[in-house]
Amino acid sequence: MANKSMATRDAYGEALLELGKRRLDIVVLDADLSGSTKTGKFGKAFPERFFNIGVAEQDMIGMASGLSLTGKLPFASTFAVFETGRAWEQIRQTVCYSNLNVKLVATHSGITVGEDGASHQAVEDIALMRVLPNMTVIVPSDGYETTQVINTIADEYFGPVYVRLGRSKVPSVMPERYRFKIGKAHVFNMGKDANIIAAGIMVSMAIAAAEILKKNGIDTGVINMSTIKPLDTKTLLKAAKSCRVLVTAEEHSVIGGLGSAVSEFLSEHYPVPVVKIGIRDEFGCSGSSEELLKFYGLTPDKIVKTIKKALK
Amino acid sequence: MAKVSQATVIELKEKAKELRKEILKMLTTAQSGHTGGSLSAADIVTALYFHKMRHNPKDPKWRERDRFILSKGHAAPLLYAALALSGYFSKSLMKTLRKLGSPLQGHPCSRTLPGVEISTGSLGQGLSIANGIAAGLKLDGLGSRVYCLLGDGEIQEGQVWEAAMTAAHYKLDNLCAFVDNNGLQIDGHCCDVMYIEPIVKKWEAFGWNVFDINGHDMAAIVNALDQAETVRDKPTMIVARTVKGKGISFFEGKVQYHGMAPTPEELKKALKELDEDGK
Ligand SMILES: Cc1ncc(C[n+]2csc(CCOP(=O)(O)OP(=O)(O)O)c2C)c(N)n1
Ligand SMILES: [Mg+2]
Repeated sequence: MANKSMATRDAYGEALLELGKRRLDIVVLDADLSGSTKTGKFGKAFPERFFNIGVAEQDMIGMASGLSLTGKLPFASTFAVFETGRAWEQIRQTVCYSNLNVKLVATHSGITVGEDGASHQAVEDIALMRVLPNMTVIVPSDGYETTQVINTIADEYFGPVYVRLGRSKVPSVMPERYRFKIGKAHVFNMGKDANIIAAGIMVSMAIAAAEILKKNGIDTGVINMSTIKPLDTKTLLKAAKSCRVLVTAEEHSVIGGLGSAVSEFLSEHYPVPVVKIGIRDEFGCSGSSEELLKFYGLTPDKIVKTIKKALK
Repeated sequence: MAKVSQATVIELKEKAKELRKEILKMLTTAQSGHTGGSLSAADIVTALYFHKMRHNPKDPKWRERDRFILSKGHAAPLLYAALALSGYFSKSLMKTLRKLGSPLQGHPCSRTLPGVEISTGSLGQGLSIANGIAAGLKLDGLGSRVYCLLGDGEIQEGQVWEAAMTAAHYKLDNLCAFVDNNGLQIDGHCCDVMYIEPIVKKWEAFGWNVFDINGHDMAAIVNALDQAETVRDKPTMIVARTVKGKGISFFEGKVQYHGMAPTPEELKKALKELDEDGK
């Protein structure tokens, strides 16, 4: 499994189906996007445990909450912008305030949604979820990690979780031996010159950037911070202390996401400059996924340039 | 179906009076909170907690219990009075309403108070939650029923109508909801703030079984609850015509008592009125 390029949403669909087979308490909810979020696979296999709520995200979160109150383990899915935006207050008031065992797994996050444009590209969802007490926020980097995340949050963790998935195919980055643990970052390597703290699709970009930099004699480390909350502060501190330039990379606004989380911690415990790569306080737009990544500077090239500049 | 006995009705009416007294005392001690909407739904909640619902104060999480969701969470004092008088917690706790460290939060909090199924306070969300519980109970093959209380101003929230569709779509006949139709909200009469009529026709159009009753007629409440249990494949909405502030002449129909607690003088007068009522 660990070297197949695939969209994280596809991995989710498969994982959910398998989970449904072995756990009868799993119920799945969707808001008329089950074909896109891939929950439809579960729905087809277990129609009695699948609730399509129609285009009604707020009601979906309430319904998921109610199901959790009867001991079911609900997974509620739609696009990230609708899940976290339209239903934010329902997530706050019911799921988080009462600390319910509801899993929110949203797909189509970030600009790699592509042609649908800004209305469908969530670049602020991490911020919206991260601010909520009791919420755990996870951004898997590839299909292999996604499968592990889904199983872990179902089997090993009670409480609200937000999982951020994407639409487009992403290269596989995590090694076969990798075991996901909530709150534990994966260190590919620590760099002496620079360290890139990345999440989601930016992990593969960070790896590519580090390779280029290495050829230029710049020792660059890469860390997959797939759990954004709670942050793996131990690893973060080590990364900050071991290098000259610390960079964060995310397919999200630089306001409120991974870069902010890293800065918030370091500003109090080890104040060093944090160079943030991400979306600059703006909306997305239409285009192909590859075009948009270039347009917004979410490429290995941009990471390389940023680090070189910072090292000067 | 056998109608409720006169003796039961008399007993429940006495109980409702007790609830009203506790609500007023609680609010006066707290010196803040929602008086009008707690009193208007007191008869409905009495019928549920002291007659209709199967629940066990000694075992609040009993799997087969019936559930009550107070969607209009600002009527917390009413729920607290019902829970305290049922024996979920000591009556003395009611004195701590809205105080720092109290499990009796300004709006119901399920993490701090046993018997509260889910935290509420942000209007428009309870019916969705009730739907989820009803669906979960059905999946488990349990015969438990779910009750949910909404305000008439609250039904201006769009999510209520999302939930209305969902309950009908999934044929949640183990769900019975109430609209406490007291005609008032914060800024005035519901139909001046945002026209909500025809309430009965709306719920019918959304695929619900609807009863239109006087929400202070204890026999009517109990009979509607009994009948709701016999309905198959449809959720039931009981539109309860009520009076905001019901039971206390100087609070009745007064919009300003939505979120105002009684003064100690008002409390004295109010308790006297309740004592003299029916004597
Ligand atoms: C989402 C939301 N918006 C606003 C409020 C503030 N609020 C509290 S009670 C209320 C009026 C409710 O009127 P109604 O549902 O008729 O309640 P009742 O008359 O039964 O007290 C409002 C607007 C709230 N609690 N939740
Ligand atoms: Mg009202």
